[in-house]
Amino acid sequence: MSAVTAKLRLYWSLIKSWQTALLLSTGMAGYLSASQAPLHWGIFLSLCGSLFLAISGSTVLNMWYDRDIDAKMQRTCNRPLSKGLVTPGEVLRLGLVLSCLGIGWAVFISPSYGLVVFTGLFIDVFVYTIWLKRRTAWSIVWGGISGGMPILAGRVLAVGYVDWIGMLLMLAVLFWIPTHILTFNIRFSEDYQAAGVPTFPSAYGFDATRKIIAASSLLAALAMGGAAVWIGITAGTLRLMVVLSSGLLLLALTTWMRPSEKINFGLFKYASLFMLCFILVLAFGTG
Amino acid sequence: MKISIQDRIFLFCASLLAAYQVVVGIEGLSSFTILCYTVGFGVILVACLLMIILGFDVLESPLVVILSTVIPLSLSIGLVSEFYPAWLPAYLVFSGLGLLAIILTRTVMRSKISVLVLAVVHGIAGLVIFGLPIYLAANGITPPGFILVGLGGALIGLGGLLLFFMRTGSPLVPKERILKFFPALLLMTTAAFVAGFALGKI
Repeated sequence: MSAVTAKLRLYWSLIKSWQTALLLSTGMAGYLSASQAPLHWGIFLSLCGSLFLAISGSTVLNMWYDRDIDAKMQRTCNRPLSKGLVTPGEVLRLGLVLSCLGIGWAVFISPSYGLVVFTGLFIDVFVYTIWLKRRTAWSIVWGGISGGMPILAGRVLAVGYVDWIGMLLMLAVLFWIPTHILTFNIRFSEDYQAAGVPTFPSAYGFDATRKIIAASSLLAALAMGGAAVWIGITAGTLRLMVVLSSGLLLLALTTWMRPSEKINFGLFKYASLFMLCFILVLAFGTG
Repeated sequence: MKISIQDRIFLFCASLLAAYQVVVGIEGLSSFTILCYTVGFGVILVACLLMIILGFDVLESPLVVILSTVIPLSLSIGLVSEFYPAWLPAYLVFSGLGLLAIILTRTVMRSKISVLVLAVVHGIAGLVIFGLPIYLAANGITPPGFILVGLGGALIGLGGLLLFFMRTGSPLVPKERILKFFPALLLMTTAAFVAGFALGKI
């Protein structure tokens, strides 16, 4: 019994639970942004289950493919695959099973929703991880698109088709993701260089990367604000979004004019908080 | 000075209260009054979040003096527009000129009269926030709970004074002691404002 528990614990660490939870929460928010009361709990729970499996599956496949890079980087060298606690074949099988189950469940609930979930997984695993990540720093754009798919998928499940609000929601996540990835690229730039992964800091320098982070955060805030207004959030919630956006603007401008590691990391944290508030607004702030 | 977990909790609670006030606490008023209160509580909210994320270093920024003036000015303009709209144009002129004078004397001119300008603008705005709610409650114009807004005004005045001592390096109150009390003071100020506006609704 304890061996099974230990194995499950290892598998759990392969799915990057925080990242999976964040992406899952965007999918839930995308669904809640359009669903009519009362909530259809069966569909909502199916969304949570299928998205969880699909996101976990793509993360595990990503970790399987990047195992050589992970082993070279200090930040990731303690992952189970790098340390030899699980075999590559085992991880590949796990990733495939989770992905197939997730996509199968998603298609069963709704074919259009399933197609969006599959597109997200395909872009993340094949376009971002296998094709572009080791070739160009611009691969993060595709990483961003795949990261935006869960929120679009949630919206599609609720309305039945891809609408402009869904696209705007996806753009919001797409612009938010560089804030996250580029901040880590700066923090662990030596790690990435050692592993031979092209990043914005290595290709364009730290200052330019910080400016891209600032611009990207502002674009994310604009997309979030636009989507929130279009969805029809209450006046009070809109006021809160404007107030929080002004804080983001202040930090982004400071990062742009006086780039520094501390302000950059502050912007990253603030942008994450902003994203969390946006998710809550989408889920509960509509009138 | 490093920010402690307790400070972060105080600041987080203050930011939640300010967010609550922005979202639901100021409904049913004129658009302009809502705008003024939103600016006041919005600056408190963003300031708390920035302190949680970046620590007390943000208080070293030259922007702090200007932003800490925006809070009492916007709240006092909101009070005047809500209860004495006839005085609003004159008070707006005073506030606009006062803020402009603070910005100019702190940035472009770096004049020695900056302290005087700051004291006058802060003092008048602080007196409005402190005195007006007490006057309104004492005369039965608002429910008695509105006095708490006046208490918030007194506390924010104290906060502004402490920040001023810190910025000028006054030996009267050491910086460490100011920073030790600042998050709790900000929480008490915000709580007094939120409670005052909730209990003082006409």
